Amino acid sequence: MAPPTETGVRTLFDANRLLVLILGLPVLAGMAGIALPAFGYLPALGESQFTLDHFAELSGQPHILRSTLTGLAAGLATTSISIAIVGTFLAGFAGTPVFSRIQHLVSPLLAVPHAAVAFALAFLIAPSGLLLRLISPELTGFARPPQWLVPNDPLALSMIAGLVAKEIPFLFLVALAALPQLPLRQSRQLTAALGHGHVSGFFVTLWPALYRQIRLAVLAVLVYSVSVVDVAIILGPQLPATLPVRIALWTADHELSARFLASAAALLQLAVVAVAIASWFLMERLGKIALARMTASGRRIRNDTLLRLASAIAMAATAVLTFLGLAALGLWSIAGLWPFPNNVPTHFTPQTWLRSMPQLGPPLRTTVALAISAASLALLIAIMLLNRNGAAGGGGKAIAYKSLYLPLLLPEISFVFGLKILIIAAGFEPAFATVLAAHLLFVLPYVLLSLSSPWRTLDPRFERIAAGFGKSPLRILITVRLPMLLRACLTAFAVGFSVSVSLYLPTLLIGAGRLTTIATESVALASGGDRRVIGVYALVQALLPFLAFLVASLGPQLLFRNRRAMRT
Amino acid sequence: MQDIANAIPATRSKSLMLSDVRIRLAARTLLALSATVMPGEILTVMGPSGSGKSTLLAFVGGFLDPAFEASGQVVIGDEDLTGLAANRRHAGILFQDPLLFPHLSVGGNILFAIPQTIRGRRARRELAEQALDEVGLAGFFDRDPETLSGGEKARVALQRVLISAPRFLLLDEPFSKLDMALRQQTRDLVFSKARASGLPAVLVTHDRADAEAAGGPVIEIGREVDG
Repeated sequence: MAPPTETGVRTLFDANRLLVLILGLPVLAGMAGIALPAFGYLPALGESQFTLDHFAELSGQPHILRSTLTGLAAGLATTSISIAIVGTFLAGFAGTPVFSRIQHLVSPLLAVPHAAVAFALAFLIAPSGLLLRLISPELTGFARPPQWLVPNDPLALSMIAGLVAKEIPFLFLVALAALPQLPLRQSRQLTAALGHGHVSGFFVTLWPALYRQIRLAVLAVLVYSVSVVDVAIILGPQLPATLPVRIALWTADHELSARFLASAAALLQLAVVAVAIASWFLMERLGKIALARMTASGRRIRNDTLLRLASAIAMAATAVLTFLGLAALGLWSIAGLWPFPNNVPTHFTPQTWLRSMPQLGPPLRTTVALAISAASLALLIAIMLLNRNGAAGGGGKAIAYKSLYLPLLLPEISFVFGLKILIIAAGFEPAFATVLAAHLLFVLPYVLLSLSSPWRTLDPRFERIAAGFGKSPLRILITVRLPMLLRACLTAFAVGFSVSVSLYLPTLLIGAGRLTTIATESVALASGGDRRVIGVYALVQALLPFLAFLVASLGPQLLFRNRRAMRT
Repeated sequence: MQDIANAIPATRSKSLMLSDVRIRLAARTLLALSATVMPGEILTVMGPSGSGKSTLLAFVGGFLDPAFEASGQVVIGDEDLTGLAANRRHAGILFQDPLLFPHLSVGGNILFAIPQTIRGRRARRELAEQALDEVGLAGFFDRDPETLSGGEKARVALQRVLISAPRFLLLDEPFSKLDMALRQQTRDLVFSKARASGLPAVLVTHDRADAEAAGGPVIEIGREVDG
């Protein structure tokens, strides 16, 4: 019997409700923050007349339809390609040695910020990029870079490639977390006995259950790629750019009336996301029917070697190309003269780094301060929420996984812009604290996601023993649970740190140019095209998360060097 | 060798009374029993796995999963523990695994359990050293628990529980994971210490040899009881 006093308090401050409040309120407020100005209502600017004029103005923007459709199509394509590759690879290799090798190759990519991946890809595929240099002039005959429109091709193919490279590791790791709950080995034996190959056997038996588990993450990928701004600026089409990029430009317009246009466009983006999700649901339905047909027909794809090979190559290529691109960034940052088609620069120089240092300093300090504050705060909140609803003492339910996805299922550009309008309307100046609050919205879900599984799996008997010693719940938390979960806490911190470092749009919109980070600076450099400086910024952005993870893995090693069980 | 139990002032020689304890899961009664355990006595509750033995200990210790419905009372002396949180009950628990805190040294594990009423770093440390010495683990204070053998860990766990000044002992199949030779030895040590401590103890087990060695009353559960 649980002590009656505690049960009452628990339901009142149920952690799930708190979480919905923490994440949901700002998101809803943000949506309201664009919905009203879109129809002309913004008393802070002296406008309180409801009107459709701003939508008319929006529809009059040049190529607005093309911008809208390109973004929508690119997002749908990104999600389909990513899930197809990850799904086929899981089906073909889960439980094999190849699987864990690719896993080690792909996992670190999760920490690399989107913008850095986009730059890495751009440095590879550009006409004067590393790939073409490697095969020129021998195979191509090019003595000077060709006049290709790559990246920034009008069909958004480079942008899709950049997004896929970043979303594959994410979907893969989410699926990896769901995999242990499936009867993989039994199902493999059963389907093999029935004459199925790896891939068809997996899809017929395990895929539906796996997909149900990762569905929210897939939708988050869809919403993100339909609404992405930073990757689209670096790799996406220009003239016209995709809708989210154009909204970002309008929000930055100093003309105050541009806010109405931007609000109307942000509402349009919300509709685009709704269409994307509806299309995805339709594709899910079709996929389900196709799978049911295949299952019922008894068709077996016995020989799937080619398909498996292709999926493994696609997975490995994602990682190898990204790392190669990061290496190219590094090379450019220390390159002296590097004429086409040379594979390496003619000489190396620290000049670019030395020259960039003074400008790099302030945004770097802001980035690190924001990331440390956001990650620490998120970790603290996550610990408080999990402690309230965790397994300890058997009270309450576990944290509902679903509520974490609230800020990830709506377009960032829409509700963050709405928040910006509200913040201005409320008379706040853009400051560290407001940007930090915006970061927290995106950092907290990932920190909670990372910490909740180790939190649940800690043997509850340790805490029961301590309770028997008469220790209070708070004392048990501090002296038993947290030290035992130190590694998991540090990892969650590093995850939060990486997310914060990669956040472009929230920093740009809420910081309003007063607060600049490596993320906003590096994307701003994209248009300038100085490869050496871009190399410096993108490399710094890519290295920060790695440093955080390094500290997270070294911390327990140093603190517990005499405790064998704490180091593994 | 002086017994560490004497160093700790605690409420001794009170009997543990379980009156009309009835635990249900989804309308099915898992177990129903009443018993009084005298100081220094070991009550054995026997039953096959899945019979709800450990659930009984969870109820008595104050950490029953809310999925279960329980009625009845747990009384020590004349104090009713039923509504109290786990950390107010002072149950000394030994599980199947020693569960030494991996982030603390062997001595740190003992120090953690010593009641706060014993003050002073020196006094606490001496007490902890003495507790280790008593079970042949002198000089183990600074060791990493992970480097100890199974038998050594079991002894540290036992001393850790006894030094925490519990009001009663709950033994959850504490020998079932030890090999034959070690089981005999550890069982003798635990039972003799439990009796010497003058605490009432409840042992749940599926091993008849445990029940015989405990030498106290035995209650068998596992048949379905009418709810």
